[in-house]
Amino acid sequence: MIRLVTDDLRPPGDPPKRHLLSVGDLTRNDVERLLGTARTFETSLERHVKKLPTLKGHLIVNLFYESSTRTSSSFELAAKRLSADTLTVKSVGSSVDKGESLKDTALTLGAYDPDVIVIRHPQIGAPQLVARVTDAHVVNAGDGKHQHPTQALLDLYTLREECGRLDGLHVAIVGDVLHSRVARSLVQAFALVGIRTTLVGPPALLPRELPAETFTDIEAIQDANVVYVLRMQNERMEAGANFVPSLREYTARWGITPERLGPGQKVMHPGPMNRGVEIDPRVADSPDSLITRQVRSGLVVRMAVLYDLFTGGPVGVQALAAAEVA
Amino acid sequence: MLWQKALPGADVVIRGARVCDPTEGIDAQLEVRIDGGTIAEVAEEVDANGHRVVDADGLVLAPAFVDPHVHLRTPGREDEETVASGTAAAAAGGYCAILAMPNTDPIVDSAATLGALVEAARGEAEVPVGFLAAITRGQRGEELTEMGELADTGAVAFSDDGMPVASAGLMRRALQYASITDRPLALHCEEPTLSHGGHVHEGRVAAELGFTGYPSVAESVAVERDLALAGYESGRVHVLHLSAAESVDALRRAREAGVAASGEATPHHLVLTDDAVRSLDPNVKMNPPLRAEQDRVALLDAVRDGTIEAIATDHAPHAAHEKDVPFEAAPFGVTGLETAFAVLHTHLVQPGLLPLGTLLERMSAGPARIFGLDRPRVATGARANLVLLDLECEWTVGEQPFRSRSDNSWLLGSRLKGVVRMTLAGGGVAFE
Repeated sequence: MIRLVTDDLRPPGDPPKRHLLSVGDLTRNDVERLLGTARTFETSLERHVKKLPTLKGHLIVNLFYESSTRTSSSFELAAKRLSADTLTVKSVGSSVDKGESLKDTALTLGAYDPDVIVIRHPQIGAPQLVARVTDAHVVNAGDGKHQHPTQALLDLYTLREECGRLDGLHVAIVGDVLHSRVARSLVQAFALVGIRTTLVGPPALLPRELPAETFTDIEAIQDANVVYVLRMQNERMEAGANFVPSLREYTARWGITPERLGPGQKVMHPGPMNRGVEIDPRVADSPDSLITRQVRSGLVVRMAVLYDLFTGGPVGVQALAAAEVA
Repeated sequence: MLWQKALPGADVVIRGARVCDPTEGIDAQLEVRIDGGTIAEVAEEVDANGHRVVDADGLVLAPAFVDPHVHLRTPGREDEETVASGTAAAAAGGYCAILAMPNTDPIVDSAATLGALVEAARGEAEVPVGFLAAITRGQRGEELTEMGELADTGAVAFSDDGMPVASAGLMRRALQYASITDRPLALHCEEPTLSHGGHVHEGRVAAELGFTGYPSVAESVAVERDLALAGYESGRVHVLHLSAAESVDALRRAREAGVAASGEATPHHLVLTDDAVRSLDPNVKMNPPLRAEQDRVALLDAVRDGTIEAIATDHAPHAAHEKDVPFEAAPFGVTGLETAFAVLHTHLVQPGLLPLGTLLERMSAGPARIFGLDRPRVATGARANLVLLDLECEWTVGEQPFRSRSDNSWLLGSRLKGVVRMTLAGGGVAFE
């Protein structure tokens, strides 16, 4: 067996800047520290004046190439709660419309010396490119079907707040796993903190060789403490792809209805929901639904991530150059 | 079938080298004298005859390499590569002959386009170059090209490389008609309804990173189909850039059954696996994709046992701005002419996985045989097509600028052991 040429053939680069690009870069300690910081911020938000001076004078750029409500608004609010200056650029109405490449857009925004660039992009590897060409800390707010690390962190935070623990929990992730960056990030995050993961969905929407138990029968959700419902990603479903014969059949077989849930089983969803498709409206609005709680967690977890880039210990293995922290 | 600019025939004596020509059964300390570009004498001691003497102490002298799979990007993308720059890169990589693929802009599907390339090669090619012509007009997979006229104009073989011939019926007609030209079909085997939208081998890495999978079976069902058709029509086929273990098995079975089929593997498929994609570096994105360890091992076994007769670079230059984008947006393809020998020597020969003689054969005599080219050899009376290799020298890829116009090499920055010191191609000194 030859030693495979993976890392030793890469050019030696500058010492890595601290980024949050993938859950795969995080250690259990990183996760614990981030969740702890988020808890502290949650307490602070209970005060009358919610703004903290922590990141005063720092510039945070939000660069969004895909539509988003939750993620973009919570990153913006998180930055403002920490007193940072924010600049939000959306691909529609910017020079991206004129065909500017991601590299050039990143260089342009990089010329303002932002401390952090938060990027959402439809293509895998876009945050890595931005990290390569700018001096900013980069936070991946979703890249194609690859990763959505802050979603995974806010889900861990929600689970701990609601269930009181992470270790030993069992979560069933249901639906279109194949096209879901949320599912990919969750599988890694759950493995990191000792949560058992079960994937359930139609055969063609379960990727081969993902390291988790997979089932096509919806009965497999029965033993789980929490059912995590994924959005049926219509926008990723090309016509004629035949992943499932119809949405109607999907709903009949895999839709989460009150009848399919046991007593006390909690339900989560990353949003936006297709009510009546992957999730019954009665489930979405029930007391066992943690969906609004997830959104609230999103704000404090993203505050924690921004704070951690500047001040915390290293965020993951990308962060060996802790000395570089501002 | 090969064209080159006029080079003076070399008058050279090479002394001190270990001469290694596996096909001729030579592996000995010998001296070689070349008179006017032709090998005049191979002996333990030769008279200098007033020629320039090259001191090759500690070096290996071997038949120069033949690359059956190069993209010269001309006509259409001369910013990425030209006949001059691509053949200069080939010379630096130790090649004395390369074959260029027809997926240019316009596609090489007419005698006029092919004729213009031949003219360009006569004026500027640093090493002899041959051209493949398309199987179908515009590589659209609908109508056959005028293969008779294209062969008369100099096409070495036919290929729709870059695109599969999706229709089985048309592939059958191509096999039937190509038989009048006595040229092989070089096949890009890909079932597009299975590879559709895929960037990365369907396996654990794609599943974890979120890439749409391009499964091995997308290649192997097409290989099986085309080999079955070739057997039925008694056609000659060469399977390009094999990547999957199942495809290698199919080729081995077809050859045992007497089908006139050959195959090639690239250095990147022999050295890397899809694990490399975790870097998200666009320079490890190619078609077919890097596959699993078992596939890499199967390819290496097939190179060893001769099922795969040729090593081909699939040298595919791309402009820097087209590769400097997110992995998913990047075009497929990497360069390879200037690193092929060194990387295979470093990662296969040095660790003892592939004998040097086998590597030299698969990079030279093997591909020449498949495409009916004169075999480069160390023998009296043969044209000087020789490479002088320094197996001890270590170098860093990219430190010296590439001769190719593009630098989308997957080896940028890596240390390799083994370097080309001199290339004689078509009788002239093409590189030193």
